[in-house]
Amino acid sequence: MFNGKQIIVIGERDGVAGPAIATCVQAAGASVAYVATECFV
Amino acid sequence: MPEAAVVRASSLVLAHTPGLARHGSKPIRTLPASAELTSRFLNSLRGFDDAVGYPPHQAFLGACHPRELPGRPWIGTGWAGGQRFAPFGELMPEEEFLGLMAAVDEFDLLVLAPEVAERAAKRLASHPLSARLNLGRIAAATGDVTAALATGALPIHLAPDTVVAALQAAHAEDESLTAHVLLENLACKATGTLALLHLLHDHNVDPAGIGYTISCSEEAVGDRYQRGGGNMGKAIASAAGLADSSGADVKNFCAAPIPALVIAASLVVAGVFEQVVVVAGGSQPKLGMKFEGHLRHGLPVLEDVIGGVAVLITADDGVSPRIRLDAVGRHRVSSGGAGAQILHDLTVRPLEAIGARMLDVDDYATELHNPEITEPQGSGDVAARNYRTIAALAARRGEIGREGVKEFVAERGMPGYAPTQGHLASAVCYLPHALHRLTAGDADRVLLLAKGSLFLGRMSQQSDGMSVLLERNGG
Repeated sequence: MFNGKQIIVIGERDGVAGPAIATCVQAAGASVAYVATECFV
Repeated sequence: MPEAAVVRASSLVLAHTPGLARHGSKPIRTLPASAELTSRFLNSLRGFDDAVGYPPHQAFLGACHPRELPGRPWIGTGWAGGQRFAPFGELMPEEEFLGLMAAVDEFDLLVLAPEVAERAAKRLASHPLSARLNLGRIAAATGDVTAALATGALPIHLAPDTVVAALQAAHAEDESLTAHVLLENLACKATGTLALLHLLHDHNVDPAGIGYTISCSEEAVGDRYQRGGGNMGKAIASAAGLADSSGADVKNFCAAPIPALVIAASLVVAGVFEQVVVVAGGSQPKLGMKFEGHLRHGLPVLEDVIGGVAVLITADDGVSPRIRLDAVGRHRVSSGGAGAQILHDLTVRPLEAIGARMLDVDDYATELHNPEITEPQGSGDVAARNYRTIAALAARRGEIGREGVKEFVAERGMPGYAPTQGHLASAVCYLPHALHRLTAGDADRVLLLAKGSLFLGRMSQQSDGMSVLLERNGG
């Protein structure tokens, strides 16, 4: 799905953490350029 | 050794500091780029009466239970009969707060304009806590603000835009001792001291009986060789006259107050100290954190208060709510960072440990950030999000049906009402309410739970969290 794509991953504290999203998009063929989890409170 | 520790008393305070809001982390990065935005920011600062009459502030200070708050919007509605002094503490006006910062400033960092020093000293002299304050330091802080600013000191304003003081760096090269860092730390020390003095005064506590003071404040006190070295706990203990106390700091992002309570109770039950205080000053960097959203929606700058909390933990007195050290929840390293998994660790597991059900808890106190502050900037309703997940866990366990989620949230949750002072909003702000509910009220169990965003410090991808159960004392 994401073959050849570079992805910037921003996870959210109350939702899904950045590394979890990164694992998913990598499994779908993406290259992760940046990953972080943020807290918006 | 005592069989149990109890929460004997607690206090909460707010300091209204619209003049310091421009030095919050977000405004200080954003405002210099736009004179127009700066003007809108300054014109959107609230006056003291509006801050006192803001319903969530009154709930924070104990004038009502959060579930008794009227429906939103709260801004502009006012609170009939709202007073500065309330059951849990007070909301201090900013000129007095500048005087209070001077009163706890042991290194002559703060320079006050003469007229401001005089007014602040006069007003604090008639404050109920005046006998416990070093008012002589306010007069000693009087000086030439213009001259201090010429040496690079940080200008301090009374809202909206009048320079009345200057905060000096403590070292020319040490980044841990810049004026900005010291402003954060001094504001934290002042609010923590104010909360602790209210605890002593309002609950007739003998300061000589307190053996240890644990700070769970957010700020990092230290120098370039040990950034965050501490020790705010002892600094506040000293300022509040706790002559026999030592202290230390517990750090855990916004979750810190809960491990601080658990450690304090453990020290009491272990017989190390008979009485321990947990204290936290507020977070000046979080002033104005979401101001852009507020301005976009025509709201005032709502993050204009700095908070403080103090809690007294003692051996079981047969009356005060017990801290159930056998029902402490902790987010394990192996648990993962998903929100539901964190809350499972913090709610289900500690209750299972004592054979209790989720329905046995009358009140869940979680992250109680005021949604009127968080929603305009797109952060959503944090408290509601937590309560929906907690209720879903109860449904998953079969304790309630899916149709019972709304009732569970309404009866055992509450609207977020705390200012976005992370650690204070994270359950500990509910502690004075919990004490009332577990003594004069009809609650038997209250679960306090808090989460910390460790990943923000870039040393771990982990989150953390801790919870602790408070229980009515059966005598």
